[in-house]
Amino acid sequence: MSQPPKISRRDLLKSGGSAVTLTIASGVTLMAFGGSEVQGAADAGKRWGLLIDVNKCAKDCTACITACQDENGWKGHGNRETDAQWIRKVTLKNKATGHETAMPVMCQHCEKPPCVDVCPTGASFKRKDGIVLVDKHICIGCRYCMMACPFKARSFVHEPTNNQSVNAPRGQGTVESCTLCVHRVDKGQIPACVEACDATGNGAMIFGDLKDPESEISKRLAEFPSVALRGDLELNPGVRYAEL
Amino acid sequence: MRLALLFLGLALALVSPASADGTWAGLGPSVPKATGEPHPEGNAYMRRHHMQLMRHDRNLTVHDGDRDVGASLSECFECHAVEDGAGGYVTYESEQHFCRACHDFAAVKVDCFMCHRSTPEGFEEPPMHAFDATPEQDIQVTRSFLDHAFGPGKSDGGRTE
Repeated sequence: MSQPPKISRRDLLKSGGSAVTLTIASGVTLMAFGGSEVQGAADAGKRWGLLIDVNKCAKDCTACITACQDENGWKGHGNRETDAQWIRKVTLKNKATGHETAMPVMCQHCEKPPCVDVCPTGASFKRKDGIVLVDKHICIGCRYCMMACPFKARSFVHEPTNNQSVNAPRGQGTVESCTLCVHRVDKGQIPACVEACDATGNGAMIFGDLKDPESEISKRLAEFPSVALRGDLELNPGVRYAEL
Repeated sequence: MRLALLFLGLALALVSPASADGTWAGLGPSVPKATGEPHPEGNAYMRRHHMQLMRHDRNLTVHDGDRDVGASLSECFECHAVEDGAGGYVTYESEQHFCRACHDFAAVKVDCFMCHRSTPEGFEEPPMHAFDATPEQDIQVTRSFLDHAFGPGKSDGGRTE
C-alpha cells in the first residue's frame, strides 16, 4: 500500500531555505571571481575518503599507527583506558571458521556525523570537503561526541601536553581524533597512514576524492564490493572497507 | 581582560621613553630580544594587535583549510624563541618565555600553550615539570616552600602537638 507523499510545513520551509541559499551561493561565486577566494582552502567540490583493503592489511603490522603518532604527536601514558588512540588495529574473529581479520579503524569521517550533531559549542564540525574535525579553540571537553561516535574514534586528552607537533596542536581537556592529516591534504599530500602503508608494500589503504569519478578510490569502489562500518546507521562514512 | 590590556598598554607607554637607549628601566616587563627582521607594522602595532591577527587566521586555517596565513603561532617562534643556555629553548613553563615576559607582567594567563607547542618546530621539549613530578616530589616542593615561609618544622600548619 503506497501513500501519496505529504508535504509538511517543515518541507515547505526547507525548500524556501534552499532558494535563499542558492541566492547567497551565487553571490559568493561572484565574489570569488573578484579574487577574494581563499587559496588552498577546503573545497566543497571534493569529498576526501579512504578505502581500506582488509585482505592486504598484515595482522602484525602497525605502520599506520606509528606513522600517525609521529605525524600528529599523540602518545600513550601507559594507561590503556584513557590513552589517546587516533587510529587502532581491530581484530575480528569469525567464530564459526576461526578466521581472523585485522584492520585499522579511525574516524570514519561520516557525511552525517553524530559527533557534530551532539556538540553543544560547534567545536565538532565537518569541513566542506567532508573531513570531520574538532576545533579545540571552542571545545569545552564535555565528551558528548565521544559518546555519540559509534566507532569509538575519539579520545579525550587527560594529561597536560607538551612537545606537540606543529601539525596537530593537542591539549588537556579537549577531544581529538583522526584529522585525515588535514594539514597534509591541504598541501596536496596524502595522509601519513596511507603513505606508511604504501611504504611497507602492503598497499592496503587508498586515499582520494570520492566525488571525482576518475580518482582511483572512486574507480575501485565502483568496480569492487566494499562496506561501511555500521552501515545500518546510514552515516555514509568517508572510510570504506573492502574484502571485509 | 580589556582592563589588563589597557594597563599593559599604559605601562608600555610609560616605559618606552626609557627604552630609547635599548635598555628597559625596570618599570615595565623585560622583553627578550628577538632575532630576524623587525615587523614592518612596528612593535607598537604588534603589541596591541597580535591576538587579533592570530584569532582571525586560526578560524581561517581550522575551518576553511587556508594554510597560507599571515600570522601563525609557530612562525612567531622563528624569531621570538628564548634560548635556555643549554643549546635548547625555554618552554612556556619558564618565566623567561617570550610570551610570559609581558603576560606575567599584566597578569594575563595565555591559554594558547595548553595545546600549541611553545618552542620552535623540531626542538625536543623536555618533559613537563608538573606532569613528570611524582607525588613525593610535589610534597617535597610544598614542604620546602612552607619551611621557607613559616620556618622549619612549621610546615604542617602548626597542627602537631
